[in-house]
Amino acid sequence: MSYSLTEPSKRQKWFAGTLVILYAVVTMIPLAWIFITGFKSPADAISYPPQVIFEPTLEGYVNLFTQRTRQTQEFLEANPPEEWYDEIVRQYDMVIVGPSKFGERFLNSVIIGFGSTFLSVFLGTLAAYAFSRFKVPLADDLLFFILSTRMMPPIAVAIPIFLMYRELGLSDTHLGMILLYTAVNISLAVWLLKGFIDEIPREYEEAALIDGYTRFQAFYKIVLPQAATGIASTAIFCLIFAWNEYAFAVLLTSGTAQTAPPFIPTIIGIGGLDWPAVAAGATLFLLPVMIFTVMLRKHLLRGITFGAVRK
Amino acid sequence: MSETTIERAAKATPPSVARKIRGLSDRAIAWIFVGPSIFLLLAINIFPLIWTINLSFTNFRANRPNREVEYIGLRNYERILTDSDIWLTMQATAHFLFWTIALQVVIGFTLAYLINKKFKGNDLWTTIIVLPMMLSPAVVGNFWTFLYQPQIGLFNYIVSFFTGLEPSSFEMIGSVALAPWAIVIVDTWMWTPFVMLICLAGLRSIPDYIYEAAEIDRASKWRQFWTITVPMVLPFLMLAVLFRGIENFKMFDLVVQLTGGGPGSVTELTSINLKREAFEKWRTGYASAYAIILFVTVFGLASIYVKALNKVKER
Repeated sequence: MSYSLTEPSKRQKWFAGTLVILYAVVTMIPLAWIFITGFKSPADAISYPPQVIFEPTLEGYVNLFTQRTRQTQEFLEANPPEEWYDEIVRQYDMVIVGPSKFGERFLNSVIIGFGSTFLSVFLGTLAAYAFSRFKVPLADDLLFFILSTRMMPPIAVAIPIFLMYRELGLSDTHLGMILLYTAVNISLAVWLLKGFIDEIPREYEEAALIDGYTRFQAFYKIVLPQAATGIASTAIFCLIFAWNEYAFAVLLTSGTAQTAPPFIPTIIGIGGLDWPAVAAGATLFLLPVMIFTVMLRKHLLRGITFGAVRK
Repeated sequence: MSETTIERAAKATPPSVARKIRGLSDRAIAWIFVGPSIFLLLAINIFPLIWTINLSFTNFRANRPNREVEYIGLRNYERILTDSDIWLTMQATAHFLFWTIALQVVIGFTLAYLINKKFKGNDLWTTIIVLPMMLSPAVVGNFWTFLYQPQIGLFNYIVSFFTGLEPSSFEMIGSVALAPWAIVIVDTWMWTPFVMLICLAGLRSIPDYIYEAAEIDRASKWRQFWTITVPMVLPFLMLAVLFRGIENFKMFDLVVQLTGGGPGSVTELTSINLKREAFEKWRTGYASAYAIILFVTVFGLASIYVKALNKVKER
């Protein structure tokens, strides 16, 4: 191995590694606690000192997905439990009366998240291509102004949107939320995508145009495949934003189109929040993003710095 | 090769018409491509902004849409700027901004510096450290209230384990003295990775030969750190501060779930205060004026900051 003046020594590496791993472990404690709490019984969840070793149960998950009512002894004896989840609920003299709203809310998050991501990436790619390849009058001012609207607190934007949606009948609808999230995401999407498309040499398209392709064919046969990685990482950013968004969701939705973030903190059990059920809901909601992040770390981490540094 | 109908038609017609048949002009494509985005932004960003400006001069209340709306000039602005409660809110926001940014810069830069030592597996650990910032602030913030519970909460337990304090003797969320710090801790936990990533990008942008040259000139490591590393990462760090500043000035979801602005109003940051005015007291006109003032403030401060940033970059 060649000797390098700038390569850190073994001891330095070991020291740096230890500190970073220590930080990583500490930072993971709250997340690990969410995961663990989801498998506790309500009694274990609030016992002192906090339990690390306990008997795991799926109570939290059963409570998350069901609605239950308390029943009389006679009723319980007359109707023996049928499934394993019935038995879990029986310890509290309860029976399952139906599914909870969690499934619906989770599905809303999926529909609104993917819907708005598709729309912002689709419109964003077209706009980014035009900004990158053609002279659009006032392009820079326009881009800057669009980005600056993101400096507004969401609550400030929400006031007129609330009124506008009330007039148009878009409040608490999937379409309304998809359009809103698209509008919020599109400025960042155009900004990121323009960077990716700028990097694709114009010569490819020009060659294609000379070969008889139309502009449009050149766009989707030459540019799109080359920008695929950029489009994918932009899509992930849009999806994560829409998935995690809370302020607009809590102000503009209440039922039909409510997403999971405003819903999860309201899962009530006997005497206050049902922490194992809240933790179960949080686990199911956060886990996809965590898996995504680990799997796509190369693009994602580059995207974060790229998006920030370009601005 | 046989010709297509279009190509045959193109040959038989003058060039300008041929162009139309062959495909749309570049200019037309530009407008078709940009059009939908512009339309959406006009409808959902610009139009509401103009509406807000208009509302800010009225006494409109959204919960009484049938009441007659009066234009009251600048009275809303006057009231806001002379309201002492708003200044308390601004102080809470300033405390939150200052401490979150200070802690995140120190911890984030240190972590980036350590990760840049390129120890084995630094890639994986970086990803793990980044996880909190990818998650939903509302859901995570809500769960932190559980960690902060006196007696049963894990946070209080760990603190008492290291300090010997009774875990039920302090309330992070319930007490006036500690609540402002409770939100600083969670925000720092969540967003330090962002500052770290930006710093890491900065550190990695420094070419090795600069250090090699300094090494040959026998500059000490300490000197290298202050004359090479710090100045070259500074523009990146300032950028990270700008983003964290803007984001935390807008902060709503995490804090509203953690403390709801309480106890009293010690953690009532501007966004939470604004939400109360707009959607609880329904003073829509007043809240609109408030929103405009916030927008102008952030925009003004950010512009001044960007100018300073460009000066640092030029050096």
